[in-house]
Amino acid sequence: IAAGSVCAIVCDMQWCFSQVKGAIDDDVAEADIISTVEFNHTGELLATGDKGGRVVIFQQEIENKNYPQLRSEYNVYSTFQSHEPEFDYLKSLEIEEKINKIRWLPQKNAAQFLLSTNDKTIKLWKISERDRRADGYNLKEEDGRYKDPNSITSLRVPVLIPMDLMVEASPRRVFANAHTYHINSVSVNSDHETYLSADDLRINLWNLEITDRSFNIVDIKPANMEELTEVITASEFHPNQCNTFVFSSSKGTIRLCDMRASALCDKHSKLFEEPENPSNRSFFSEIISSISDVKFSHNGQYMMTRDYLSVKIWDLKMENRPVETYQVHEYLRSKLCSLYENDCIFDKFECCWNGNDSVVMTGSYNNFFRMFDREHRRDVTLEASRENSKPLQVLKPRKVCTGGKRKKDEISVDSLDFNKKILHTAWHPLDNIIAVATTNNLYIFQDKLTG
Amino acid sequence: MSAITAMDVNVEAKRILAVSISKLYASRTQRGGLRLHRSLLLSLVMRSARDIYHSSRESEAPIAAAPEEPMDTSSRAEEQTQLPEPESEPQPVANGAEAASEVSDSREEESDGETTEDKENVSPTRQSRKRRGKASAAPDFLPSKRARLEPGEERYAAPLGSCRTMAGESLTTLSLNRVIPAF
Repeated sequence: IAAGSVCAIVCDMQWCFSQVKGAIDDDVAEADIISTVEFNHTGELLATGDKGGRVVIFQQEIENKNYPQLRSEYNVYSTFQSHEPEFDYLKSLEIEEKINKIRWLPQKNAAQFLLSTNDKTIKLWKISERDRRADGYNLKEEDGRYKDPNSITSLRVPVLIPMDLMVEASPRRVFANAHTYHINSVSVNSDHETYLSADDLRINLWNLEITDRSFNIVDIKPANMEELTEVITASEFHPNQCNTFVFSSSKGTIRLCDMRASALCDKHSKLFEEPENPSNRSFFSEIISSISDVKFSHNGQYMMTRDYLSVKIWDLKMENRPVETYQVHEYLRSKLCSLYENDCIFDKFECCWNGNDSVVMTGSYNNFFRMFDREHRRDVTLEASRENSKPLQVLKPRKVCTGGKRKKDEISVDSLDFNKKILHTAWHPLDNIIAVATTNNLYIFQDKLTG
Repeated sequence: MSAITAMDVNVEAKRILAVSISKLYASRTQRGGLRLHRSLLLSLVMRSARDIYHSSRESEAPIAAAPEEPMDTSSRAEEQTQLPEPESEPQPVANGAEAASEVSDSREEESDGETTEDKENVSPTRQSRKRRGKASAAPDFLPSKRARLEPGEERYAAPLGSCRTMAGESLTTLSLNRVIPAF
């Protein structure tokens, strides 16, 4: 797929349903709630993590015989329990097994590696295929019983014979005991040797090979906790500058740091902050300005931040304001008090770029998700629902009615289901295939024309 | 915005304070322990609400003085006594959150007298666990511990209205900074 042609037609993109994974019934088991979604670097693998500490990896199978145009069929490749609930006896605290983030390592050999993390511990998992087994042992029977040595009269070399594909996941490294607060991010460095993990107040740098040591590179904990005014909410390494990373804060600022400047990157190299619009001031101004996600563009020139109501694109060369701002669901601004009461205002939405950085996507409520075409200045709202899940069914754009007469097919703000939220979305790195997680289902959509 | 009177803002501020306190209490029993980010955001909202409540009360004072006076003076007296003794006066929200997090976190923090003292007050955490059912059934402005310690004040006050007033007053005396306890 030539990257250039993909986005000539964004909202003329015809997104259609491809697959949905997960239980159908409305009664959602808490453990099945999806908490993270991530494509690997080729897009062949799609990993999800859930509240129960499990990781499910789907693999793209090219060429579906029934629907040859549906190239993007993903099937379960591996499922494993990454994290278990733990108890911190010292603090009388239960440590949730919920997977907060999964990040894939670039592939170096036949096996695949990913980092998965809960609130306190990061694990490096190796996922490898086994499709052969040894046959023809000299000392053992077929069923594994040892032969009587006296009965052996000849020697043969065991051979490898094909077997049904088995995908094994094994924990290769466990990076533990480095975070006092809750881990919100992990990010693999472009050097493929190190990665960072961030909690509310600190960011640590690890070597993938070394588990008993990490370097603290950011520490914003005040000497007196009563003076705490902000926490770290997300962090990411630059996609190609291995010395550069950013972290976002609950105050709506982003700091870019250069690890060459000093060992402890408390002094930022750049501070990205937009002055607040005083007319928007309310009780909840601080909450809604808290950044829930930050993502570099693939080309490394921009970064995107998500706060409660909007998505902002920042040019790394300009610190005083974003270059683009997209309203995700501005109609919620007048409902902030209710959203505070029902806790929705604390929801942490993620955001993602498409492969060539021309379109960005993020989730909303009522199982809506939004795409913003940067080039053509257009946006669309789509819905992930079982009703629209016939194979290759084209998704119809949705519209929220913000007042006045409600047109047919529009939905009024008060009818939105705030329990149906899309917090996690992912875009295939190369193709127009997206993975959208509702509470406990994973939807895969593809662009009919170019997916 | 112009249609909203000072009174409305006052009522709104009180309501938000009440909601915030119950959220703070609920977060103590959450799996995974107190979340620093969430606690910080709650305390910021509470601070805004408190500030607005205070400033709107000041602007309202001449009008509202008459009916509210008796309660005001009693709670102001309470405020006076509270201010000089923030430590000994059990400040339920701060202590509650503190208690939970003292137990739950920062054992590696400098353990000083204050920590020990709070640890003694932590046993309420266990008590409050038992009372969890009651608390969730009838969310109060005032945590049950607080009510217990000042039964006298609650008894002579007229039912709901005065509770609210006192809640507003006593809440504002809490150092909201201490809502983010020694994590």
